Amino acid sequence: MKCKKCGGKAAINMRQHKLALCKEHYLDWIPAQTQRFIEKYKMFSPEDKILVAVSGGKDSLALWDILIQLGYQADGLYIGLGIDGGFGYSDKSLRFCQRYADRHGLNLIVVDVGKTYGSTIPQLNDKTPRGKEKPCAVCGVSKRNIMNRAARDGNYDVLVTGHNLDDEAAVLFGNTLNWLDRYLLRQGPVLEAERPGLVRKAKPLFRFYERETAAYALLRGIEYIYDECPHAVGAKSIYYKEILNQLETKRPGAKLIFYLNFLKAKDRGLFAEPVIESEALNTCTSCGQPTTSPAKCAFCRLVELPTPD
Amino acid sequence: MTATLTLRNQEFEVKSGMTVRSALEKLEIPPESVIATREGELVTDDELIEDGELIKLISVISGG
Ligand code: SF4
Ligand SMILES: [Zn+2]
Ligand SMILES: [Zn+2]
Repeated sequence: MKCKKCGGKAAINMRQHKLALCKEHYLDWIPAQTQRFIEKYKMFSPEDKILVAVSGGKDSLALWDILIQLGYQADGLYIGLGIDGGFGYSDKSLRFCQRYADRHGLNLIVVDVGKTYGSTIPQLNDKTPRGKEKPCAVCGVSKRNIMNRAARDGNYDVLVTGHNLDDEAAVLFGNTLNWLDRYLLRQGPVLEAERPGLVRKAKPLFRFYERETAAYALLRGIEYIYDECPHAVGAKSIYYKEILNQLETKRPGAKLIFYLNFLKAKDRGLFAEPVIESEALNTCTSCGQPTTSPAKCAFCRLVELPTPD
Repeated sequence: MTATLTLRNQEFEVKSGMTVRSALEKLEIPPESVIATREGELVTDDELIEDGELIKLISVISGG
């Protein structure tokens, strides 16, 4: 297969765009497209101070790399979850982030959950009544709190994450199967800071397939953690991705259309904002971040749970 | 006249002479879920698999 731009040997073929590109042209195309989406969806501007949440995986490191290439001022945030999984998952993923930052002379903020809050994510999970299950719910609450806090404390204008189209389409698929209207209403490439104290969020890679972000990382020579978080095994999101990829194989573009047409439908008012429900806005008495709880936020309550014997 | 495809710690033997895409279909690996590489270079799935070679598939699906 030949590169559409130069006729050289193609490195990747994107069926949904009927576009095959060689390494060189692909490495130009991805940042240019990203810039287009940043503008189209009004994500942020060149003056903004950006915080990129990096996990050591392909998507977040690719995102950081693209933003730096495009000339944005972007620092990294790594959250040490304290997950081992028999192969030192967290330590290993930190090393990939640190190495990338050092190589490019970038600033990486590291928040180690265990050191900062006295318990790692698995330990926090053990303290909850459902402690035997996967720590993903606890992990999600914690990451959201820590990311927002780091962005606010560091005066960043926007927090960006490496979510790709497959991630977003899988979430949309789950939300649609269950008709979770409130989640559907909030899903999108940009999450405005709806309340004081909340930081604006954006997902600049949301229109790229997972395959494309991986290809970018490989072609750019970005070293990333190939192993998954051990708790991702059997995750629903992976199952949904598989189903969507089956559709995609038969009908190139199916998952992109599924997601983009959802955004369009939402813009046209398919999901109306609930009338009465504007939840009371409080400030957490412990960490000072916005919460719907009357006193302490969910994360602070979690951190303060007693340790089981 | 065979070649080897690897994916994480799995190894598959396939007939050479077919395209990467037909090999993936035969092995029931969704083409969307992997990137094929030959000697560290990315190859598109219309490439013919050569006799005795090793095609490394890189999984692109992450979860969580
Ligand atoms: S798989 Fe679960 S525990 Fe692992 S990083 Fe994702 S949310 Fe956290
Ligand atoms: Zn080219
Ligand atoms: Zn709090």
